[in-house]
Amino acid sequence: MTLDAAWAERWMRRSAADMHAAREELTELDRRIGDGDHGVNMDRGFAAVASRLDDEAVPPRETVAQVLRLVATTLMSTVGGASGPLYGTAFLHAARVTNRADLDGAGVVALVEAAAEGITSRGRAVPGDKTMVDAWAPAVEAAERAADGGDAVEVLRAAAAAAADGAAATVPMIATKGRASYLGPRSAGTEDPGARSTAMLLAAAVAAAGAD
Amino acid sequence: MTVDVGLVLVAHSAPMAQGTADLARQMAPDVVIRCAAGDEDGGLGTSLDRVQDALADALGTVDGVVVLADLGSAALVVEAAFELDPALARRARLVSAPFVEGAVAAAVTAQQGAAPDAVAESAEAAVHSIGPSPVLELVESSADDSPAPAGTHASGETVQAPGAPTSGAADEATATAQIRNKLGLHARPAALLARSVADLGVPVTVDGADASSVLALMSLGTVAGQRVTVAARGTDAAGAVDVVVGMIEGGFGEE
Repeated sequence: MTLDAAWAERWMRRSAADMHAAREELTELDRRIGDGDHGVNMDRGFAAVASRLDDEAVPPRETVAQVLRLVATTLMSTVGGASGPLYGTAFLHAARVTNRADLDGAGVVALVEAAAEGITSRGRAVPGDKTMVDAWAPAVEAAERAADGGDAVEVLRAAAAAAADGAAATVPMIATKGRASYLGPRSAGTEDPGARSTAMLLAAAVAAAGAD
Repeated sequence: MTVDVGLVLVAHSAPMAQGTADLARQMAPDVVIRCAAGDEDGGLGTSLDRVQDALADALGTVDGVVVLADLGSAALVVEAAFELDPALARRARLVSAPFVEGAVAAAVTAQQGAAPDAVAESAEAAVHSIGPSPVLELVESSADDSPAPAGTHASGETVQAPGAPTSGAADEATATAQIRNKLGLHARPAALLARSVADLGVPVTVDGADASSVLALMSLGTVAGQRVTVAARGTDAAGAVDVVVGMIEGGFGEE
């Protein structure tokens, strides 16, 4: 499987379908510890991404970077709340390091690192704050480890698995960033919706590579 | 006086942003204030497009913009707009300030013709206007940094240093005035007084506080019936003191 622009587009269409299916689940998580709009926001944002990919007026994409840049600007404009600028910045920074026809293992590592760096530079959260960083940080570590001898899809799969574990690990955490932090200890017991959607996003990247 | 700095208010709620803008305009009628509030559908939320439009609109009129955001995610949207267009970031800055108090303080400072730095500082210092014991030192030190009041760009209006050779001798004057307002020199009278003092172009203090600074005046915590000392130094100091004493004793049109 080649991780090229066509893969990146399949990744985004798959994400749109997954976000739509998980709309209620994400919204319910966010209702417990946030403002209750994460599912709606992610569904709206990725639906807009899918429709831009289908738009004949948008020039065809030849590199992974071109797809990711389109995703970045669309998410920033259409996803409300903190997730729009956070995911938008993640894809924007990822686009800077993926300006090539297809990605090898090191290319996937660079993508995941740049996306995670975008999230942390924008949101200034650190692991343990009960945010999407708790999914992205382990994904980066796992991708870097897997890159030692692994091919692109193996790197991606390792990153996605680590993100899922990282998201699950946010359940007992007490939020210290964003509106969930106002809940203090009452934020414990619920998975962070942003970490959950991050895990979903990376799982969709693996599925789009036909390796799930 | 030219007002070169505008405000952009980025909020999750359009009525809240609009209400804050109204409040700020009451004391700063000439300041360009644009709101970017609510999501694309008019619901609660923030929108990158609205933020970009408001920034472009304000910067079409004024040289610099100070941006206030109501919640963390509003600040993230502003930073994303700056990242997408670095040219914006050179002319606009996001301040770490309480939304309502910061907007009012920034607007009043901008109304006095202050530079972007001073407008931003006044917004950030506004946090000290909330709470039981204002941190007077911080407010005063930020007031010290603000530019000379009003009109330093026009030679005829330049603030006179004490003793500067002029046609009228630079002098000093002091008088006392009794506070009439039930709530003391609260936001509205403080703003009116600060604006007038800035227009006078003569440094005036009330009980040692810079009378051209709204926050410094409010931080005095004055109460009705209290006597304060008004002092001025510079050309026609006595005239400036008369004006300020007259305003304080006049009660600013309140009961």
